Amino acid sequence: MKFEPVIGIEIHAELLTKSKMFCSCSADHTSNHEPNTLICPVCTGLPGAMPVLNKKAVEQAILVGLALNCTINEMNSFARKNYFYPDLPKGYQISQYDFPVAKNGWLEILDEDTGFPQRVRIRRAHLEEDTAKLSHQDKSTLIDFNRAGVPLLEIVSDPDIHSVELLLAYANKIRMILRYLGINSGDMEKGVLRFEANISVRPAGSQELFNRTEIKNLNSFRSLAQASKFEINRQVELFIKGQEIILETLGWDEIKGITFTQRSKEEAHDYRYFPEPDIPPVFVNQSWVDLISTQMPELPDAKIKRFMDDYGFSIQEAGILSSEKGFADYFEKVVSISTSPVKTIFNWMVGEFTRHINEHNFDMDDIPVSPANFAQLLELFTTKVINDFTTKEILQEMFISNKNALEIVSEKNLLQISDEESLGKIVSRIIEENPDPVKQYQKGKETLFQWFMGQVSRETKGKSNPEVVRQILIKLLNKQQ
Amino acid sequence: MELNALTVRKTHEMLMKKQISSVELTKSLLSNIKNLDPKIHAYITVTEEHALEQARCADNRLRSMENVTALTGIPYAVKDCISTNNIRTTCGSKILKDYFPQYNATVINKLNDAGAVLLGKNNMDEFGMGSSCENSAFFNTHNPWDLGRVPGGSSGGSAASVSAGLSLFAIGEDTGGSIRMPAGFCGVTGLKPTYGRVSRYGHVALVSSFDSIGPITQDVYDCASVFEILAGNDPNDGTSLPDPVPPFTSSIGTSIRGLRLGIPKEYFQTGMDVGVESSLQEAIRKFEKNGMQITEVSLPHTKAALPVYYLILFAEASANLARFDGIRFGYSTRNKVETVIELSQMTRWEGFGDEVKRRIMLGTYILSAGYYDEYYLKAQKVRSLIREDFNSAFEKCDVLIAPTSPTTAFKIGEKKQDPLSMYLSDIYVVATNPAGVPALSLPCGFSEGLPVGMQLIGNHMSEGILFNIGYAYQAETEWHKLHPVVN
Amino acid sequence: MKTIMDDTTRAIIDKDTVRHIADLSRLKILDDEAILFSQQFSQIIEYFEILNDIETEGVQPANNIWPTNNIYRIDEEHPSMSQEKFLNNAPQHEGPYIKVPQT
Repeated sequence: MKFEPVIGIEIHAELLTKSKMFCSCSADHTSNHEPNTLICPVCTGLPGAMPVLNKKAVEQAILVGLALNCTINEMNSFARKNYFYPDLPKGYQISQYDFPVAKNGWLEILDEDTGFPQRVRIRRAHLEEDTAKLSHQDKSTLIDFNRAGVPLLEIVSDPDIHSVELLLAYANKIRMILRYLGINSGDMEKGVLRFEANISVRPAGSQELFNRTEIKNLNSFRSLAQASKFEINRQVELFIKGQEIILETLGWDEIKGITFTQRSKEEAHDYRYFPEPDIPPVFVNQSWVDLISTQMPELPDAKIKRFMDDYGFSIQEAGILSSEKGFADYFEKVVSISTSPVKTIFNWMVGEFTRHINEHNFDMDDIPVSPANFAQLLELFTTKVINDFTTKEILQEMFISNKNALEIVSEKNLLQISDEESLGKIVSRIIEENPDPVKQYQKGKETLFQWFMGQVSRETKGKSNPEVVRQILIKLLNKQQ
Repeated sequence: MELNALTVRKTHEMLMKKQISSVELTKSLLSNIKNLDPKIHAYITVTEEHALEQARCADNRLRSMENVTALTGIPYAVKDCISTNNIRTTCGSKILKDYFPQYNATVINKLNDAGAVLLGKNNMDEFGMGSSCENSAFFNTHNPWDLGRVPGGSSGGSAASVSAGLSLFAIGEDTGGSIRMPAGFCGVTGLKPTYGRVSRYGHVALVSSFDSIGPITQDVYDCASVFEILAGNDPNDGTSLPDPVPPFTSSIGTSIRGLRLGIPKEYFQTGMDVGVESSLQEAIRKFEKNGMQITEVSLPHTKAALPVYYLILFAEASANLARFDGIRFGYSTRNKVETVIELSQMTRWEGFGDEVKRRIMLGTYILSAGYYDEYYLKAQKVRSLIREDFNSAFEKCDVLIAPTSPTTAFKIGEKKQDPLSMYLSDIYVVATNPAGVPALSLPCGFSEGLPVGMQLIGNHMSEGILFNIGYAYQAETEWHKLHPVVN
Repeated sequence: MKTIMDDTTRAIIDKDTVRHIADLSRLKILDDEAILFSQQFSQIIEYFEILNDIETEGVQPANNIWPTNNIYRIDEEHPSMSQEKFLNNAPQHEGPYIKVPQT
């Protein structure tokens, strides 16, 4: 019997607002701050403190709702979710229950195998406040409230996902969209994006829904993938044996590679939701929604399509370029000011340029090489003023120093040597100095050609025009025979 | 000087005329507190040094005549559920017995800006849960009119301190009669404002939908003076109303002739003591003589007000008190515990009194899965009907009259054993808070030597009318000028 | 959790229910307290059932009716409470952290 997984995922995304959800403390808890310094009576739940709603958080939530094709509720309001845990200072979390910011949206993910888009419905997106950070020690727990009260947007999908591949693709796409919108950094290591997977299985082709489990605290794509795979297998095995799958909350043990029971249904939290009396409702009219949607950037799917249509890129190439909005914007800037072929720009951007960004760990905002300077460098390359090797060298230098390509070329005297006469002299000398390799080449060891090319390049400190050298070498080596 | 004969208004005149200084006044009151409070127990904390410091500053202001308000140099007390920076704030509970807030409630900042002088924090029923001030974890407060009787609650300490001359005014808080009922029992004037009219920021929340901070004073004029300072929008309180605050004291004294006094028939049908009833009827006659039109109105859902009030109270209080867990502030159990769950369980068991535990648990129960619709949601729906009752009534009248309690002050210990009967004594005061409407409580007679209180209930934002009518009544009567002699 | 209806159709909140509620409320509770509370709760809830006689079909719950709406803070950062003040008030702290027993 074949089985199919039935997966829904809840994504918790911290919003990049300046201040917290209900108070004016800094929301920048992921930067280096001493514990318990970004705090006030409100976010630490002291007696008498009262929450007041952050307008920006509402706007950002609406923006995400629009990007996810949701209906924006005309009225949204808050509710208390009551439970006890040391990371929850008030003993309740202010969240949204009956009236979330957005609902009934969807996201389409292209299935790489079939080429067809798969639609995942989004049930709702709602606002809530984040909890404090706990660090568990041997016999005690330490609490840092810097994160308590940071705005969170919870995006809940319907159980429309039937493979781990799609699950990852969906999560990835949400992350990318949130980064595009500038409302979440997507930095998984800082815990700003967290997943909870709801998993059940059923015989392939069935429409029935069976008991599901909820896996909490999945903080990386890796753990999302591994935990889901494990849980699917576990459930399939139980199913085959005819054993019941218990409705429960599970944790994922990264080290042992297993899911484990956290809470059974009997112990399940009874959250006792009721409307939050301290926060008046939020009415969202069409003109406000229209105003917010003017902030909507071109989203990844639209950008990919446009790159394919306008520049002739393949879907993979367009995908690479648009994986990050800043990268795509940079690319288009360079294209707009450069006379180099688009393909050349593409190759250099996804190649050397990306390598340097990763090496120096730059954000697109911090890159020391401006689009204009990069375009200039590529000009020099395309017009053969400098060769491939030199271009790489110069780019490396540009990433470290403040200089542009022309400055570096003249400083280091890096113009490409294309002059046949001087190159011919160098090639001749190398052939003379290396009789054995010549003999071996002539006998048939063709790979030595590259070695000769390398020698010439070394002699000229990389400035030799490879095409010209190639022609000369072919002539001279064959002449030798 | 009979300190409880002093009104804020009169004292302000004396201060302005330099007949007395704030420091002298404050010292007198502190001395009175030393002598009398051991019998009354209106205070949990007396802030002697702080008060004298504030009095000195007030005297400077009065000397230079810079930035002088009606309250500059006037000593007051505040119910111990309102946060005062670095001054112990206990809410009458063991769980906060050594809690020192690190910020001021907005109302305290306003009173500081006005130059008032804080004498100390008043005793109260623990977390406002009670109608007699017998539920404080520390001690009972005694009614200055008869030390063997309760002062009412939960702002019992605040009402008693004004009544006994232990402060010139007090700040109380009314969730379901907690200003009006003790004001009635102690023979003083108290206002429960329109919900949202006074900032709740810094007030330790009991029922977020009902809690209203208000003044307790010797008379209506004083009440209006203090209310002018307290009222107004606060960006730190999302439920505070945006309306500007008119100068209430300026419009006091306009004629009440032609205004309509509504008598809610359901309130006068049953349950009032004979003495209470006759004082109320006397007051009604007085209003009629002064040209008010008397009309009967109906508040059909009166019987439902108690369950509506208590069900919503249980629910919201259970959530509001969840933060008291022994982790970040306040009392934490000294017993050895293995887990944080045990820490919180023990802390709350040791720190909360029985009534508090009862209400928390009932709140948890009615919000639980399966019961929400039947209790909480139902209560919220009936609450709408109660609101409607008031709206309809106010189409036929400008103000309603009612007693503050079916009885005068009862004996200490008389009702304590039976929580339900304690709840039932709130019958006249619990409907206003779910509706959000204001009510002014003033003394209207005596029965067997004990004060009888009446309340004037108005529509939203009608404090001006209430003050006016109350002032007119006090111009014709002397009840508010009678003060207990405490020995 | 059970609310048992007996012959006279009185709702009774039994001792076990009281224990469960105490658990949810993070309250320790002794046996005799559970019994006493069970009696008191039952009495109170029974009284409140007069609400059942009131017709509320089509009535909006009052917490859907607000005098104000769209009340916000502007997204600006203001420092507020010092770490020192916060930790000084805490029952237990270890360095800059609040400390509690294990979860």
